[in-house]
Amino acid sequence: MIAYQSIGTALGMALFAWLMQTGLSGVDRKITARIQKRRGPVWYQNFRDVFKLLNKRSVTHGWIFDLGLLIALAGAIGTAMFMPMAGIIPLQGYDNFFMITYLAALGVFGRALSAGASGNPLAAIGVMRGLTQNIGYKLPYMVLVIVLINYYKTSSISGIAALQQVQGWSVLKMPLGVLVAFISLHGMLGKKPFDTYLAPSEVASGPMVEFGGKYLGLLNIAHEIAVFVEISLFVNLFLGGGATLAEFLLKYMAVYLLSSCLGAVMGRLRVEQVVRFYYKVPIGLTILQVLLFTLLYGGVS
Amino acid sequence: MPKKQLPSRFYPVKHEMQTVEAPAEKISPQQRAETWEKIAQYFRANSLWMLNYCTGCCAIELPLVMTSRFDMERLGMMPMATPRQADILLVTGYASLKTLRRLIYTYEQMGTPKYVVAFGPCAVNGGIYHDAYAVLNRLDLYLPVDLYIAGCMPKPEAVMSGFMKLIELIESGKATGWKDYEQRYEWYKKNQLEAVGEVFIHDEFHE
Repeated sequence: MIAYQSIGTALGMALFAWLMQTGLSGVDRKITARIQKRRGPVWYQNFRDVFKLLNKRSVTHGWIFDLGLLIALAGAIGTAMFMPMAGIIPLQGYDNFFMITYLAALGVFGRALSAGASGNPLAAIGVMRGLTQNIGYKLPYMVLVIVLINYYKTSSISGIAALQQVQGWSVLKMPLGVLVAFISLHGMLGKKPFDTYLAPSEVASGPMVEFGGKYLGLLNIAHEIAVFVEISLFVNLFLGGGATLAEFLLKYMAVYLLSSCLGAVMGRLRVEQVVRFYYKVPIGLTILQVLLFTLLYGGVS
Repeated sequence: MPKKQLPSRFYPVKHEMQTVEAPAEKISPQQRAETWEKIAQYFRANSLWMLNYCTGCCAIELPLVMTSRFDMERLGMMPMATPRQADILLVTGYASLKTLRRLIYTYEQMGTPKYVVAFGPCAVNGGIYHDAYAVLNRLDLYLPVDLYIAGCMPKPEAVMSGFMKLIELIESGKATGWKDYEQRYEWYKKNQLEAVGEVFIHDEFHE
């Protein structure tokens, strides 16, 4: 039985996640601008954008379009509610890795459903590209996490983070693996060079092509929360979570801003190049890492 | 050491309770709507997403405005990919018979509030193309234009100052072209139909 109080904490967590990530993505825009020798917008520009979008009128494309968006938003908020952060575990005992993976898939599914229902061919191309890319980056990531779960003998994210505080971070045990996981995370965030499914000049922002006004605003909120979940998962699993909230947030910002800096200086790959890259380099490195890990830290039981 | 005096709100009230009539300052729904509108206008003015309808030569000035020399992102402006996401329609140059149809489709797909910015003299009176057989001379017969930017072509400085003027207009609630389009829809439609005329070819480009 989960107490109402912990559900309140969990909802607060999701709200905090949105506020922090939206602010941070404004900082990301600022940093990208500085890299391109521009001044860039104010750091709270993304809040202005979201509130403006929620103030606009827009059209719907049928009830599946609405429903898919709500599923995406609910999936994102629901995932963020389970995410442990530096010893703050909103729903104790439910922060299982597999649960979070499945809930996160709900958000992606909702977005794909909604975009598909809009009936725009560019949205369909975007969804197809996104899912193709998903297969590319999910495979090495999952293999690495399963190795970690096998090593730590727990699939609880807070458990893995707590064990890393004692035994040392996973990044020291599997440096190649963390590199691969970071490449996968870069793809999950849709940063360049892996933003084939967004590609504004190519497929007109892909799945978002028919979203406008309030719909785009809600999609933006869902996206920011999903980004929070992806980065928190990376920090918790590979960088040892955090003993204090400040430590956790510092690692979080380092990972996110490194990803955005890399994104600012790269061009876009084509979708077949992305998939070919993921099936060559990260999977090769993953196999090497799993062999090394098995030799150094005991066999797979 | 003197005892620190607490603020007065920590001391019990000594005087007797008495009822006081609340001042009759009830906020009417209209006032509330006005306040809300003001807040909304702030957000609208400071986050303008634009759709470039690059019909003519003025479009070449936009890359300069976007990149590091003038950097319009510091005004919160960004280019967007589709009309659904955009707030401003930039008509960069003349509108011809063929582009007017796309221009109307694009404008009507955008969510309100939406604004139209026209570049150069071609949108005002046809400019140097005023006697060309396919160029429509006055854009504001067909779409409500909120702002004209002068110059053939307008320099990036002019474009930036025009955008700042647009922000000012939106923030003070004077950029109401979209309301005008809703109110005088028949008038605009009549002009549009007169200009576009009858369609002889029916394929995916001319329906």
